[in-house]
Amino acid sequence: MTDLLTLIVAKYNYWLYVILMMIGLYAMIAKNNLIKKLVGMNIFQTAIILFYVSIGYKRDATIPIIQNAHGGNDTHAAVIHAVDYINPLPHVLMLTAIVVSVATFGVAMALAVRVYQRYQTLEEDELRMRLVDIGPEK
Amino acid sequence: MKFLGFIIVCLTGALLLYGTGEFPGWGDPHSPASIHLSNDYIEKAVEQTQVPNLVTAVLADYRGFDTMFETAVVFCAGLACFLLLRDFKEKKERFYRHTPTGVILHVKDSKKVLKTGKEFEHMDKDWVPSDLIIKTICRILIPFIQIYALYVVAHGDFSPGGGFQGGVIFGSSLILLAISYDLKVLVKRVKEKILGIFAAIGVLIYVGIAAICMPMGGNFLDYSKLAPLVPGDPHHIRALGMLGVEIGVGIAVTAVMVIIYINIVSEGRHEEGL
Amino acid sequence: MDNYPALIVITPLLAALLAGIAAWTEERLSYPIALIGLAVSMFAAFKVLMQVITSGTINYRMAGWAPPMGIEYTIDLLNAMVLLIVASIAFFNLIASYKSVEQETSDRAGSFYAIYLLFVTGLLGVTATGDLFNLYVLIEITSLTSYTMVALGDRDRGPLASLNYIFIGVIGASFYLLGVGYLYLKTGSLNMVDVANILSGLHGSSTILVAFILCMLGIWIKMALFPMHVWLPNAYSYSPVAFARIVAPLMTKVMVYVMIRLMITVFGLDYIFETLNLSEAVVWLATFAIIAGAVMALAQKNLKKMLAYIIVCEIGYMVGGAWMGNQLGMTGAILHILNDALMTFALFLAVGSMVYKLKRVDFIDLKGLFGKMPWTMAGFVLAAFSIIGVPPTCGFFSKWYLILGAFEAGAYHFAAALVISSLICAVLFFKVFEICFFEPMPEGHGHEDSSSHVAIEEAPLSMLIVSGLVSISLVVAGLYSGTIVNTIILPFLQ
Repeated sequence: MTDLLTLIVAKYNYWLYVILMMIGLYAMIAKNNLIKKLVGMNIFQTAIILFYVSIGYKRDATIPIIQNAHGGNDTHAAVIHAVDYINPLPHVLMLTAIVVSVATFGVAMALAVRVYQRYQTLEEDELRMRLVDIGPEK
Repeated sequence: MKFLGFIIVCLTGALLLYGTGEFPGWGDPHSPASIHLSNDYIEKAVEQTQVPNLVTAVLADYRGFDTMFETAVVFCAGLACFLLLRDFKEKKERFYRHTPTGVILHVKDSKKVLKTGKEFEHMDKDWVPSDLIIKTICRILIPFIQIYALYVVAHGDFSPGGGFQGGVIFGSSLILLAISYDLKVLVKRVKEKILGIFAAIGVLIYVGIAAICMPMGGNFLDYSKLAPLVPGDPHHIRALGMLGVEIGVGIAVTAVMVIIYINIVSEGRHEEGL
Repeated sequence: MDNYPALIVITPLLAALLAGIAAWTEERLSYPIALIGLAVSMFAAFKVLMQVITSGTINYRMAGWAPPMGIEYTIDLLNAMVLLIVASIAFFNLIASYKSVEQETSDRAGSFYAIYLLFVTGLLGVTATGDLFNLYVLIEITSLTSYTMVALGDRDRGPLASLNYIFIGVIGASFYLLGVGYLYLKTGSLNMVDVANILSGLHGSSTILVAFILCMLGIWIKMALFPMHVWLPNAYSYSPVAFARIVAPLMTKVMVYVMIRLMITVFGLDYIFETLNLSEAVVWLATFAIIAGAVMALAQKNLKKMLAYIIVCEIGYMVGGAWMGNQLGMTGAILHILNDALMTFALFLAVGSMVYKLKRVDFIDLKGLFGKMPWTMAGFVLAAFSIIGVPPTCGFFSKWYLILGAFEAGAYHFAAALVISSLICAVLFFKVFEICFFEPMPEGHGHEDSSSHVAIEEAPLSMLIVSGLVSISLVVAGLYSGTIVNTIILPFLQ
């Protein structure tokens, strides 16, 4: 038991991301309302962002903006130590992933509006009944 | 479904946690991820690109190709919202409110359009009495927000920021206009056509800057080959190329933010809505 | 001074942006812009293929940065072939689609072409790239465009089907992204070749195992391998014809390509077949996919839906072949990417022409079609023969390699499933032929109201010409499959 506890404490960031991600996944699978599913989808994607950003973290390091490099001509004077700055790459990747998830969310919201315009509901069980009502597929 | 979902979730969670067993500890400066590429970026980027903000340097230069498609994703989302929701049908009836008396007119002929202004104003289901305090404060705030957005775009090389962030802030200033006044005010000031064209032009600036490098003798996106075209210190040409690209991103993101907002709140009719 | 690898992907993107501008200013320009963009892309893809055949793998560094710091395009024989298939099918489909786009999305055709081009850009980029994260971004472009298209077709069911497609698609893409994250954490790199080099010392790691499972699950969801196929039939039957004709032949095949690329280049066949020894389990899964796809196709009453389930079955062939663990199986899978793309394209071209004239393609609507649209039906019959696997059409040869591979690996159940599914396909298609040929044309064709009595005649010339070309290519690809295997696939596998 103590072993497990130390394991969790040492890597609690990864445990948190898995828990967060599973909350999102459960909402996407089990919820009945389409908007709730969309919220679940957003939580799901945010968990991945948490995971990547925590890969990039380094102890005793600061944000990846090189200090004293603003002067222009003196840039080569300062020696840059890699241990002083956290890893910039996960941040770059997550900027991309955030934009992608925002775009997906926008399209999904537009679709939800369309579904609501057509059926006047966003509950999945009601939607299934409406689909039976409009008859066989074209 | 709920039980099945729970089982799937537990299995997936267990799989993911099983994979974390061999992870290096959190914040370990000697983990492979913090050494292999990261050190190269941190130590060489300033010298190679003259950009102190490493995230911008990697985003717009080393991995600029990713970012170009990311902008294309944004453009695609704007197009998708337009294609899915835009409804060009005019509404059959309109409501107007006579401001001095508060009398509401119901116009059933879709061709009759009253001039709105001092005397009449539009009325729809989201109408609220105009609030002087909100309007005045937003009117004062919006220019500052926009200046700040431009700062975030322009200063992306040196401090946290860049095209996406600046574009979102600029877009939100326009959305604030729509919220504090009403949607019509925004649609009248920023025409749909302009937004559609700007969304494409923003990405086109990015792809254009990247593509010009090819006839200049470099690979795609190789900003260093642009030096003969731009006056100034050739050392800083990569930083300048990134700035140009970020401006394109900012334009595209602003336009797409507003397109998505307008189409979703008004269900594509651009007439009523928040 | 050789920028062809970049041009393949960039010209459709540029054309998409210009078409997006033209949609607001001069809408009729958007079609020629799209056509020119895809023609240039196809030409570049052809040049690249020739160059790769004569002088070997091309490495193209984006922004001039050496990998792994920058993004690199690594184009070898396999992607050069897939690139040419994607670019040319996209181009020919655009030629055939002018009329049906006009019919289905007349008032916003410019934006439609922009989305279409973005989709093609995504597929080409996925195929060309040598970077794991770049692959994710481009997969998202293809997904986002196809979500949009699915919702545009059928006004009643499209948006809901598309929303469900988004939920599944996001899970798939996110699993892939997580897998890349796990890989990155262990290797610190994103370039495929670099990752593969570092991975060769990490074979026992549980993290790598989870990364592998996540990547494969993500890609399988995107390629609609049974039982993760639920999005595919709806997506293919609700989207507009012009889009269904390109998404059906290309989307799944490009994802199969991605799977093969990850298996061969990133994780390495040694790791998969010797360290993990997963071959048997996945071949069984593929066997179930084949049988399930074929049986579900039997239950359909709509031509589009039936073809969609046949595609589910074809995915089983390719996955099974790739996981057989021997060269014959892999050869069959790669050859089937080419052949299946051509066959499905030919089938959907014919179906597209039918939809253009009939509006709907339930089996009862097809009565007497041979008399009315003989040329379209001829193309349909040839494509159907190829799917069934009648020599000398190309479908026969890839199935031949797959069966040989299955015998060599001792996977007799897979070979049996392949033969049974071919028989079921034969039954299905002959049922369709019977309806089209022998059953008489109903009086006053039209479904409910006879007022919409339209004289059904042959499809527009543009569709027929493309259909004819593709049908010829089916036989040509069949006759020259030995050459294709010897010049492209075998040198790649060695």
